[in-house]
Amino acid sequence: MISLPHYLILGAILFSIGVVGIFLNRKNLIVLMMAIELMLLAVNLNFVAFSHYLNDLSGQLFVFFILVVAAAEAGIGLAILVVLFRNLSSIHVEDLDQLKG
Amino acid sequence: MLNNFVMPDLYPAAPEIFLLCMSFLVLFVDLIFGATHRGLAALLTVVTLLGCAAITIVTADGHTALTFSNMFVDDLLADFLKLVTYLAVIVVLVYSRQYLADRGLDRGEFYLLVLYATLGMMVMISAANFVTIYLGLELLSLSLYALVAIDRNASRATEAAMKYFVLGAMASGLLLYGMSMIYGATGSLEIGGVAQAMHHGQSDKTILVFGLVFLVAGVAFKLGLVPFHMWIPDVYHGAPTAVTLLIGSAPKLAAFAMTLRLLVYGLFGLADDWQKMLLLMAVLSIGLGNLAAIAQTNIKRMLAYSTISHMGFMILGLMSGVVGGVVDPFTAVNAYSSALYYTVAYVLMSLGAFGMVLLLSRAGYEAENLDDFRGLNQRSPWFAAVMLVIMFSMAGIPFFVGFFAKFAVLLAAIKAGYTVVAVVAVMFSLVGAFYYLRVVKLMYFDAPVDSAPITAPMDMRILLSINGVAVAAFGLFPDALMSLCTTTLLRSL
Amino acid sequence: MKTLYLLIPLAPLFGAILAGLFGKFIGRAGSHVVTVLGVAISFVLSVIVWKDVQAGHTFNGSVYTWLETGGLTLEVGFLIDRLTVMMMLVVTFVSLMVHIYTIGYMADDPGYQRFFSYISLFTFSMLMLVMSNNFVQLFFGWEAVGLVSYLLIGFWYTRPTAIYANLKAFLVNRVGDFGFLLGIGLIAAYAGSLDYATVFAKRNELAAITETVTGWPLITAICICLFIGAMGKSAQVPLHVWLPDSMEGPTPISALIHAATMVTAGIFMVTRMSPLFELSDTALSFVLVIGSITALFMGFLGIIQNDIKRVVAYSTLSQLGYMTVALGVSAYSVAVFHLMTHAFFKALLFLGAGSVIMGCHHNQDIRYMGGLKKYMPITWITSLLGSLALIGFPFLSGFYSKDSIIEAVHASHIAGSGFAYFAVVAGVFITAFYSFRMYFLVFHGNERYDQAPPDPHHAAHDDAHHADAHDTSHAKGHDDHHEDHGGKPHESPWVVTLPLVLLAIPSVLIGFFTITPMLFGDWFGGAVVIDAVKHPAMAHMAKDFHGASAMAIHGMMTLPFFLAISGVALSWFFYIKRPDIPAAILKAAKPIHTLLENKYYFDKFNEVVFAAGARVIGHGLWKVGDQVLIDGVMVNGTARAVGWVASVVRLFQSGRVFQYAFGMIFGVFALLTLWFNRA
Repeated sequence: MISLPHYLILGAILFSIGVVGIFLNRKNLIVLMMAIELMLLAVNLNFVAFSHYLNDLSGQLFVFFILVVAAAEAGIGLAILVVLFRNLSSIHVEDLDQLKG
Repeated sequence: MLNNFVMPDLYPAAPEIFLLCMSFLVLFVDLIFGATHRGLAALLTVVTLLGCAAITIVTADGHTALTFSNMFVDDLLADFLKLVTYLAVIVVLVYSRQYLADRGLDRGEFYLLVLYATLGMMVMISAANFVTIYLGLELLSLSLYALVAIDRNASRATEAAMKYFVLGAMASGLLLYGMSMIYGATGSLEIGGVAQAMHHGQSDKTILVFGLVFLVAGVAFKLGLVPFHMWIPDVYHGAPTAVTLLIGSAPKLAAFAMTLRLLVYGLFGLADDWQKMLLLMAVLSIGLGNLAAIAQTNIKRMLAYSTISHMGFMILGLMSGVVGGVVDPFTAVNAYSSALYYTVAYVLMSLGAFGMVLLLSRAGYEAENLDDFRGLNQRSPWFAAVMLVIMFSMAGIPFFVGFFAKFAVLLAAIKAGYTVVAVVAVMFSLVGAFYYLRVVKLMYFDAPVDSAPITAPMDMRILLSINGVAVAAFGLFPDALMSLCTTTLLRSL
Repeated sequence: MKTLYLLIPLAPLFGAILAGLFGKFIGRAGSHVVTVLGVAISFVLSVIVWKDVQAGHTFNGSVYTWLETGGLTLEVGFLIDRLTVMMMLVVTFVSLMVHIYTIGYMADDPGYQRFFSYISLFTFSMLMLVMSNNFVQLFFGWEAVGLVSYLLIGFWYTRPTAIYANLKAFLVNRVGDFGFLLGIGLIAAYAGSLDYATVFAKRNELAAITETVTGWPLITAICICLFIGAMGKSAQVPLHVWLPDSMEGPTPISALIHAATMVTAGIFMVTRMSPLFELSDTALSFVLVIGSITALFMGFLGIIQNDIKRVVAYSTLSQLGYMTVALGVSAYSVAVFHLMTHAFFKALLFLGAGSVIMGCHHNQDIRYMGGLKKYMPITWITSLLGSLALIGFPFLSGFYSKDSIIEAVHASHIAGSGFAYFAVVAGVFITAFYSFRMYFLVFHGNERYDQAPPDPHHAAHDDAHHADAHDTSHAKGHDDHHEDHGGKPHESPWVVTLPLVLLAIPSVLIGFFTITPMLFGDWFGGAVVIDAVKHPAMAHMAKDFHGASAMAIHGMMTLPFFLAISGVALSWFFYIKRPDIPAAILKAAKPIHTLLENKYYFDKFNEVVFAAGARVIGHGLWKVGDQVLIDGVMVNGTARAVGWVASVVRLFQSGRVFQYAFGMIFGVFALLTLWFNRA
């Protein structure tokens, strides 16, 4: 029987993978965006699980909003990536180092 | 299903709806006249904001009205913060007009993005539900990401946009994760529902605190508190100054509202916990902000670090509402209104400071280094005096608004028993006085390196002068603003 | 009466605004007319108020409510009692004298109007400070006088040393203000009010509280914090470093701000707070020890200075130490009495020094003066009177106040009073020595005004003084300066000498006439509170006091008098006696004149051999104490440490986005760990 803690632990693992993906990945900005997406999806999983076990629909409703916003976010992110690539001819995370100190 | 549908009361959200409709108009007008009448979109944007202000004033009746299934609230606090937001955005638009025109950035999309960012702030300010908070926050953030990158050929700006985007997305991930935990513990996404569930004590404290940590992290990112501050220097530095001006001013009001709604309205039952978390971050922010600012040579970066320390100070007020687990409405209102006062004062000073950077910039030249302020007194004694007033105010020297703001939050902290924290804060602000004074020294005692005349348009000069005078005037007559803040909170809590 | 009270600070403010904003329209003469008029009005009104207060009409009330926050009310209010009115008289009188003097002193300065505007603004701030009836206004006045003094020290902002000096003054004062603000914060937090009367009414409740964090008695913490503020403003060790450097400012402000008024604000404040200080013996001992150190050691430093203004500056430091000592032994009225006499004779000495500087074409080095007596008779006689008053010569004002301090310390039994007694008695000798060293070097002996070495020594001075000289344009200033050198000294114009004469009168007389009412009568009424049981020094003195003349005659037979006389004698011997003998012979035998003329080496010889003892101590203190410890470690060391930390902190902002993300996650984990380990 799969209970709420199982879902929560899965969500936590996914979220952690997403977070770790952001700061361990030093190569590609696209991977970074995937990691962000993973974080948001882990949150969605949490919401759906809670919603189910609480018998409350509003959690699932929130998930739809998060999905939509995540799509918009990815859109903006990719747009910035394109501009960045035009300027730097690179999408390496480590090349973002002009601003510091 | 559809027969369950009840038309929501649109009246409390009238300013938001008006702004949304007007944004379409701006879009069309820009589409048709954009190429021929460049100033039209800007003008229309300002008109829109003025219209919003008029609607907000007309609809402000001092009552708290909930609408859209309790997702949206219109209370006195929302009205007050929105009015300051409109004002700040109008000031931003006036200050940046020439700067944008010089760089060919004064296209319709700039104004549209500013309008949507404003809409995001308004939604955040009026949010009464996790969903609305998140939507408002994302609307604001997405617009700002795009604005930072609006100068598509500037590699520094795009780098800043990318960093802002990555860290911002991660922060909203943290915030959402926290929200999901709190939803799980209380069974409600409504701020009022969360507070009620906690009041009845039927929620699991462990999960709540677990969620709270993530929530506080998300809020701290938006405010720029250490260790969630790292985006601030890079974004302030990299973004076009006009956008820095926007990021550095109005969104602080929205972030303040978000903090207040989430932590005070929603999670008041956990006040003891989040107050301690905020305390920790406030001290770190004040310390790091003031120290790192000393080593800066770029004024935008210096002001970025100063923002971090200012937000730390603001938090001193927010974390002093509940003393020793005892809820005393008088203490709480005083503490929160001191934080509100600080935020408004900060927005005023920040507008002035970045406005000065814009004033000295011209086509093909960014006056963003401290050295560009050398000998300003010889180039323009009046604007040197304005900058002097703003710097003194930021340093917390008496007679200026910044002093009263610091005074109020420190008083609140001392009353709440955080004497040591207040002492540490004051000590770091002494350190901070050094870098503000360095600007004054450069302006008054050094020879100018740049002798070009100041070419800013008259409207900007007038507004910037008013801004400087306001910083001084609110210091001389702080009572009006202070009692406004107190009344607002008294009637909204 | 309330309108009158308001008018007293507002008249100078009005003058300041007119001269500051409309200086160009009303011209130079217009500027000095409006500002002098403003200060004169406020002086006359102060006299009227004084008469009124004499008749028993005190006032305590608010004028304007500024802000109400957190249950605290911030307001502008006046407390007019005898203490206030005495300060008002001193401030307005000295300020008026300085205003008149400035007409002559700054005659050729391009910043003429600006200068008048500043000193009037200063007068306004100082009056607001002394007339306040609450801590907030006190703090405001406190900050405002600091700000104006900062503006004035840096008045000649083309001089690099002036800028350094004003930054230093500002930073050191911020340290003091920090303590002061903390003290006010504690009062606000525990007394719930910032109004003097309310706070004093609660003083016994406050005395019973123990501060939660430090475990100190609250009242001691408050008093020490407030006194740290006073240390900054009144330049007590170790926060004194800014005062000698502040001599970079024009001389009139040295007289007004750095001798007579602003630096005594700390003394005034402690006196005002006497109801609180009386409750804490620890704080009083702290005050006493700091004061004694300042009184003694700053005197030593005075011995080795060669810049005429710096000698007077160190003497001011030492005299401020005396006042602080008086505070420490609960002799508040004596401290204020000395404050008053000191204001007159020290303003006189500073203005006299300014007159000498003008007479010597902006040379400030006393080794290159000498024999000015015959060129500047009025300056000479007034300076002599000022110096005599300073060393405490019987019947002159300084005698009464200084002897009273010594008596009070003698009668006190508070911890530290033994050391303090030694310090103030030894200080008398040192004061006499350095004062008359300067006096003899300037006014007597050989004329050395033409011996100033042209460049090596004067390089800095040269640079420093052209703004002082007749023109700001650098090149022209330079030329002027060289032509001026070696010109004959001349007496200053009447606008300069008139204030000297007017200040000399109270310097001589005021002690004799006011000691009886001020110290032993009921002059201060309820303004000063002394716990007569715990601190009986004043009562002891009153028992032994038999009138001003008797005190002076008795004074001629006491140790301090002999010390003062021997100090004068010693300086006479070193700086007049020995150089004079060869000089007299030389005048008769002209051919050898050139050979032995070099008076400078005699001076040097004397200084090295005879004054060695005192000088070694002074120099050692200056080098080690002042330069290495305070300037080096405390001021510069702190600055360097902060700079280093700042550069390290910068490294955290590495520019790498994954490190930023890691920082955020680290923050979340730190919070989680903290919170779940606690539970």
